[in-house]
Amino acid sequence: MRRIRIAAILFLAVVGATCLMANLVAPDSYAHQFRDIPDATPSLHHLLGTDDLGRDRFSRLLYGTRVSLLLAPAAALLSSLLAALLGGAAGFVGGWLERCVMAVTDLFLAMPWLFLLITVRALLPLNVSPLVSVAITFALLGCLGWAAAARVVCADARALCGSNFVLLARASGASGFHLLWRHLIPNLTPILYAQFWISIPVFILTEANLGILGLGVAEPLPSWGGLLRELESFSSLSAQPWKFAPLILLIVTVSCFHIAVRKQEAWA
Amino acid sequence: MLIVLVLGGFLGATLVRLAPGYGIDEEELDTRLSEQSVQALRQSHATEENLPRFYFGYLSKLLHGDLGVSQSLHRPVRQLLAERFPETLKSVGLGLALAWLAGLSLAIASVMSRLWIIDLATGLLASILLCVPAAVLALLFVIAQAPGRLVIGLIVFPKIFYYARNLLAASASLPHVVTARAKGLGGWRVLLWHILPVAGPQLLALAGVSISLAFAAAIPVEVLCDIPGIGQLAWQAALGRDLGLLVILTMLVTLVTLVANSGAELVAQPLRSGDA
Repeated sequence: MRRIRIAAILFLAVVGATCLMANLVAPDSYAHQFRDIPDATPSLHHLLGTDDLGRDRFSRLLYGTRVSLLLAPAAALLSSLLAALLGGAAGFVGGWLERCVMAVTDLFLAMPWLFLLITVRALLPLNVSPLVSVAITFALLGCLGWAAAARVVCADARALCGSNFVLLARASGASGFHLLWRHLIPNLTPILYAQFWISIPVFILTEANLGILGLGVAEPLPSWGGLLRELESFSSLSAQPWKFAPLILLIVTVSCFHIAVRKQEAWA
Repeated sequence: MLIVLVLGGFLGATLVRLAPGYGIDEEELDTRLSEQSVQALRQSHATEENLPRFYFGYLSKLLHGDLGVSQSLHRPVRQLLAERFPETLKSVGLGLALAWLAGLSLAIASVMSRLWIIDLATGLLASILLCVPAAVLALLFVIAQAPGRLVIGLIVFPKIFYYARNLLAASASLPHVVTARAKGLGGWRVLLWHILPVAGPQLLALAGVSISLAFAAAIPVEVLCDIPGIGQLAWQAALGRDLGLLVILTMLVTLVTLVANSGAELVAQPLRSGDA
């Protein structure tokens, strides 16, 4: 199992490094249109052929991977920070604050994730520039995905507040800030770290779903969700199996995340 | 549950109020109208300027069953829900039945058989399904011309399988279960008398959560498989920026989830106290 885990981490590192260097590795820009060869089959110059607008699929896959693979961790970081702030404060202060935060958490957990996401997405403009659409999509994921993590953090913070070492520190006259900074935050870090890693594959899959539904990252900027929209032209799929490349890369990457974070799941 | 519902109502009303174009009547753009007519139209919305009155009015309308008219589809929301909700219930019901049947059976097989090959095969199947976006599964079903409603089952299945397997494995390793096995009790008897009663309350809690998962999966499935349910309606409302309809749909699904969770909790409570 350890070897599989190392292989998964290595794969993620290679994919991450390649997409970070997309500017150097990609043969063309993601938006450049070769208008004389739309829907071309794979060749030496276009490893995965071109799409119906003549854009190089391999380049778009690299740039799309960069968008999804860099911004999903950013959204996970945002949601983990929100969970730490709300869950930690609720568990530390207790009383009415804890009750309020837990009521809001219950509400967020009861609302089906995609319903909530598309409701808030509909509130924001749909005809925005590609970069703004990327920011909106992943900021929404981060802002709406904190509830489950906050519940775990709150329970842990509450347990820590009742633990012997915190009681001893309190009895020794430690201030609230000291308790928070020296005792609670260091002990909550592993939980937050676990929540961060667990959120990444969830956010990658959610962005893919939003992209296929046309509510994700706007064209011409590619993301995995946007690239998977090509699967909708299913009449040509059997003749052009290379169109499955983004799907295969997505499945393998998400699988690698699941394998890599298995230890973290035990923490959470 | 009541607090959560009231919070949900306020959140919904806030979203409607924040929506761009809120409080502006399309008729105001009619160039044939005089200045007085436009003023009269604005006056008719003046009551909504008062925040407390707006929230109270919104919630009281909801409580009286007045769900308003869809801005994008120009039809009463109640009528749309009456047409589409049964379709979604059918999809979600079928999906949940499939997910629970497959998830629980494979979890039981994995824990009770204690054969690595079964554990590996079931784990691999669930892992693959966990890594495929719901929308892609729906597209693959469309290509294969298979019934789209089954996709909801395949999306919920891995979560049920993993939770159920972990719960059953934890119950199976309890000292009294190990003793029962050592004394030669049959596999089915151990499962029905010792493992399931311990894992029962948590499995019921999982049943409540799985309903929320199934409703969320209904959006991509209904859109891509062209099933006229509330998932498809929510997507149409999102594209048409019909926030009023979206909020009603979200609150309706939240209500169903909360009722299901509370029901599961009510059933689980006697089981828990029985354990104690």
